[in-house]
Amino acid sequence: MKPAQFDYFRPSSVEETLELLTDYGNEGKILAGGQSFIPILNMRMSEPECLIDINHLQELDYIKQEEGYLKIGALTRQSDLEKSELAANTVPILREASRFIGHSQTRNRGTVGGSLVHADPSAELPLTLLTLGAKVIISSADEEREAALDEFFLTYLTTDMMPDELLTAIHIPIDSIPKGYAFEEFSRRHGDFALVAAASMLDVDENGNVLGGTIAAGGIDAVPLLAEEEDFNVLIGQKLTEQRIKEVVQKMVEKAEPDSDLHASAEYRENLAEVLIKKSLHKAYQRATESGE
Amino acid sequence: MIKKVESKEKMKIQTVINGKSYEKEVEPRKLFSDFLREDVGLTGTHVGCEHGVCGACTVLMDGKAVRSCLMFAVQADGTKIETVEGLVNNKTGRSLKAAFSEHHALQCGFCTPGILMSSVEFLNENPQPEKQEIKEMLSGHLCRCTGYTGIVEAVQQTTDGNSK
Repeated sequence: MKPAQFDYFRPSSVEETLELLTDYGNEGKILAGGQSFIPILNMRMSEPECLIDINHLQELDYIKQEEGYLKIGALTRQSDLEKSELAANTVPILREASRFIGHSQTRNRGTVGGSLVHADPSAELPLTLLTLGAKVIISSADEEREAALDEFFLTYLTTDMMPDELLTAIHIPIDSIPKGYAFEEFSRRHGDFALVAAASMLDVDENGNVLGGTIAAGGIDAVPLLAEEEDFNVLIGQKLTEQRIKEVVQKMVEKAEPDSDLHASAEYRENLAEVLIKKSLHKAYQRATESGE
Repeated sequence: MIKKVESKEKMKIQTVINGKSYEKEVEPRKLFSDFLREDVGLTGTHVGCEHGVCGACTVLMDGKAVRSCLMFAVQADGTKIETVEGLVNNKTGRSLKAAFSEHHALQCGFCTPGILMSSVEFLNENPQPEKQEIKEMLSGHLCRCTGYTGIVEAVQQTTDGNSK
């Protein structure tokens, strides 16, 4: 299994990359960590005419806290995110979720931005960042724009980015981030693609009543699925009960169209989604309660 | 203008492998795993699945364990590489190899080079790991002979050696 031939560019700045994308964006592809993309090339599922290797764009490799956001450069390696104390202290779910991404050897190379752009609906980072209300910064030679993640993922492996655009950063709002968090996933073997994954963020008051939060599940639809606000609101103002959780999960699953494949039937995925969402909510609730004590 | 390397053209790269500097010319599409085996002649790095699942081709790039089949040779330009052949000069590497032999941590040996490289990085970063952490690190490697028990024991013994 060897990739087809391609022309190769190695820009050293974002500016140079955007210039190249203007000229070659349609027939070329960006090469970042390559941990999903190079298998696709090796299997010749894709044969782009040229690759633009952005691994020398040091300016996109950072994690910093600024203006109420945790800002992550698109080229930040997944292992750096996993090990970052700043990320663990400000947004602890990032470390919990990162440990499920592939294996330590692929996390050493795989990037945060690459995972979002690849847009696999069962991947850990798209799901987690969606739960966190993150936005992405997207640049082209003409303009820079922001996109909220709930509008960024369109369907399987497809985002709203144009061929001449480059994802440069991810911004996670941290000023009112819920105290309770949890990431749960089930896969056949550790490091495999998740059959289903779920992430929850929860805030509770001193009486243990839910104040707010978000839930999202991956692997049950063409995009990671965020619970709609009106569905989530069923949980607000009271303690977490099995009945309420069931109600929310049912509303989420109703909107999903899980696939049946070699690995799991659609029914099984729906069932698994219920189990994992419930588990993540309980864990997030417990953490939120403990943090208030 | 940013230089374009045409698909049939060869690009000059410079890389230090196991302490020795190499200057070679390669086509952009050449996988780094193939470069190591075919251009440099270091056949200790094994090629299994060629899509990042089996872990046999794992090498250290600037100290980090990476899949050499999920990289192009042109991307190794300017980096420092360590392969299984380099472990003779590495204290942890030598202890690991002795422990693997003692615990029967290999049978056919196809997966072993990759496992050794990941284990070296792992023990450098985490000299006193829990057994569960060793298993998680090994989850990135397929071994169809041993059932992993001997491998876990061998890595575990090397950590015990580290504490002495």
